[in-house]
Amino acid sequence: MSLAIRGGVLVDPANRVNAKRDLYIDTEGFVVAVGRAPRGFKARRTIDATNKIVCPGLIDLRARLREPGLEHKATLESELRAAVAGGITTLCCPPDTMPVIDTPAMAQMIQSRAWHFGYAFIHPFGALTRDLKGQQLADMEALDDAGCVAFTNAMAPVTNTLVMRRAMEYAASFDLSVFLHSEDPWLKADGCCHEGEISARLGLPGIPEAAETVAVARDLALIDQTRVRAHFCGLSSARAVQMVAEAQRRGLPVSADVTAHHLHLTEHDIGYFDTQCHVQPPLRSRRDRDALRRAVKQGVITAICSDHQPHEPDAKLAPFSDAEPGISGLETFLPLTLKLVNEKLIPLPQAIALLTQKPADILGLESGRIGVGATADICIFDPKALWTLTAASMTSRGRNSPFLGTEFRGRVSHTIVGGRVVFENGKFPLGR
Amino acid sequence: MRPDLQFDNNGRLKHFLTIDGLSRQTILQILDTAKSFISVGQREIKKVPLLRGKTVVNLFFESSTRTRTTFEIAAKRLSADVINLNVATSSASKGETLLDTVRNLEAMHTDLFVVRHNRAGAAHLIAAHVPPHVRIINAGDGAHAHPTQAMLDVFTIREAKGDLRKLKVAIVGDIQHSRVARSQIRALKALGVPEIRVVAPRTLLPTAIERLGVVAYTDMRAGLDGVDVVMMLRLQLERMSGALIPSEQEYFNLYGLTPEKLACAKADAIVLHPGPMNRGLEIDSAVADGPQSVILPQVTNGIAVRMAIMAIIMGGGTAETQPRRPEAAA
Amino acid sequence: MSARIDIDATIERMAEALHPMLKKRPVMVGIHTGGVWVAQRLHRALKLTDALGALDISFYRDDFTRIGMNPQVKASSLPVSIEDRHVILVDDVLHTGRTIRAAMNEIFDYGRPASVTLAVLIAREGRELPIEAQVTGAQMHLKKRQHVKLIGEPDRLAIEIQEVNG
Repeated sequence: MSLAIRGGVLVDPANRVNAKRDLYIDTEGFVVAVGRAPRGFKARRTIDATNKIVCPGLIDLRARLREPGLEHKATLESELRAAVAGGITTLCCPPDTMPVIDTPAMAQMIQSRAWHFGYAFIHPFGALTRDLKGQQLADMEALDDAGCVAFTNAMAPVTNTLVMRRAMEYAASFDLSVFLHSEDPWLKADGCCHEGEISARLGLPGIPEAAETVAVARDLALIDQTRVRAHFCGLSSARAVQMVAEAQRRGLPVSADVTAHHLHLTEHDIGYFDTQCHVQPPLRSRRDRDALRRAVKQGVITAICSDHQPHEPDAKLAPFSDAEPGISGLETFLPLTLKLVNEKLIPLPQAIALLTQKPADILGLESGRIGVGATADICIFDPKALWTLTAASMTSRGRNSPFLGTEFRGRVSHTIVGGRVVFENGKFPLGR
Repeated sequence: MRPDLQFDNNGRLKHFLTIDGLSRQTILQILDTAKSFISVGQREIKKVPLLRGKTVVNLFFESSTRTRTTFEIAAKRLSADVINLNVATSSASKGETLLDTVRNLEAMHTDLFVVRHNRAGAAHLIAAHVPPHVRIINAGDGAHAHPTQAMLDVFTIREAKGDLRKLKVAIVGDIQHSRVARSQIRALKALGVPEIRVVAPRTLLPTAIERLGVVAYTDMRAGLDGVDVVMMLRLQLERMSGALIPSEQEYFNLYGLTPEKLACAKADAIVLHPGPMNRGLEIDSAVADGPQSVILPQVTNGIAVRMAIMAIIMGGGTAETQPRRPEAAA
Repeated sequence: MSARIDIDATIERMAEALHPMLKKRPVMVGIHTGGVWVAQRLHRALKLTDALGALDISFYRDDFTRIGMNPQVKASSLPVSIEDRHVILVDDVLHTGRTIRAAMNEIFDYGRPASVTLAVLIAREGRELPIEAQVTGAQMHLKKRQHVKLIGEPDRLAIEIQEVNG
């Protein structure tokens, strides 16, 4: 169905657009014109985007969809719906499913399941080592052919430095990207929160900043050696940001992302053992949070991700250190980023870039932009709409969020994937 | 942040989970109440009928005979019915969640749970999920808090030394893993102790410990210099295997309380220990059995203090702002 | 409002009424706080040799779970054993009788007295239990919502009547 989106402000950082522009989409689902309708174009449907922002569909570099293996927490269907409810049209899922994505069949299965549901698009990440065990290399080339856009060992550390070097060299030889979760497993030990004032006060085992910096230092040295294109996932400390910035200045091919919640929360939000604030890597000090915000502003960190991890209620109804870490974050992905604009940290176009153009660039994809000829993956939101996040209103199967009860400004009204309106004012027109 | 779980809507203490959030006034009221329970323990009939008809369950997920016994004695002296549940060996180990264990017990109409667990925050989690009439006392949750121990410690100090606002206090031992130390620090702070010192090797001191308002010492003699109160902590023998301290001998040499090290403190300084003691490891027998030790009074005081805490939270708590009392039935 | 009762004279009359008991070598116990003040006066007037006992009945009240712990619990102290002794129990105001019931329960947890004689400064209507004083200083007629209280230290006692809001 051909579509016209009229009256909105188009924010498309990749094409340097931040102005009132109408959009025209053809029946194949491609953008056919920006600004003025093509001659003879008849839209089957026109969406009125007055007072709204129209931007590329959001790209989330890290979201766990729990299928296959953890369907008691959530399913592909429930989470893909939650994604489009949050304006997200492309999701990257880590390979730590059960079984692990270390075979082309697994990679293909996940993509075709997503395709079948017809909501957001999934780019799976392939395993760096077989079964994520950190010993033998995975079939990266085959996984790349099967659609994996990057390679990672997810949260399982690669403790053998030689194996990590080889994995990076192998990835580099095929021009593949490696996504790193740098954390030293011995310094981490059984820690569940930042080692600092709050862990001292609450008597919780802490994860020192050194757990991150020791691992980042090691990985940077190996990146320098192998020149693999690398990306640091979910930086949490000021020191680590400093190290990455310095490496970037030296010309190393490294990028970095931060989770949306790490830009707002700190260890102090744990209060009296609020398990909703149990995340990995942990929420650190105010100084660390402020450094992460500065890094986003200055462009050391160029992408924000949700690190979505939906859980069943029991997973969080345990003493803090026993509770499973993770936040259900798809639906606060855009609102938390817009909060940075409202707090005058960054301008709106930069905020949108952090969720669209830049993640696409990191992955080497052509998405995240709305030029003529681009696939019509679009997000339309009302930047002034006030709304409160409640468990009942969440679409994700996981209601585990420390932001329940928080009021946000900025709400998605329409999400369009490949030219089809998959989410509209709280409803899913094409779904069951 | 949630409002403080420990207080009900009228500002009265309903759970006893942590010293954090208790005012100096509340702590002193508890100590004063405990004092009147001491005399009950000295009578022929050591019981009062305050909790008659009430059921108290000792829910211990972590074994402890001595703490459980003092709570049992305290509850029985209040005329309550007491049930001991050593969960370590029963349903929890069969994979039942913490909250399910509690729910099953509530169905047996329990009024008060005394909970000990090896995870920080366990007592808070339980308190957040029990029906409104059920009370929770934290008997120790991981390394977070052991508030009744701290209360009996400050009670003992007050009996021996009077006003705490003039005292220097040193806490010696494995601070990092000690719920007793954390609660003691909170209690001493709330009561206005001007100088609180912690003495331990770096490996047993939490990072950022100064943020809790204490001064850290690694040299025990310097740490004890001129103090009025020495509070020793128990060293768990596992610490040696965790690469935290090299050996028992080294630990005793550097951090064991001997008469010679005690002499660095004031001549009338008192010595406390929560027990059970590792004689020859953290404390020398000469000190433990010596004239400055108040370790045995701590045990007696522990019963009175726990009676006071149980009575206060079961009776609707001491009011932070005193409620208008209806005409006292004369 | 201060009631017109001559406290000194009343306590003198009570001491006279208790005089016959002296041959039984009684032990006197006052109930905190007002009862202790009255008992101190009586103890002096009767020149009793055994030390005065004081009871705080907080731990024996029957309304504990409604009202909660009294934040100013004082320790009870019976310096003399009451086993087989004749006890004179003293309180300031006798109203419902519940305080006296609690005091007797507490006394019996200390031992078994030979007898208990109740002396009160003021008795008012409104018994909820079958309890009466053997020696009463003065009878007062008060409305339900009036609350009578003994105030002042032992040497400057005065009666105060307060209106209690329903």
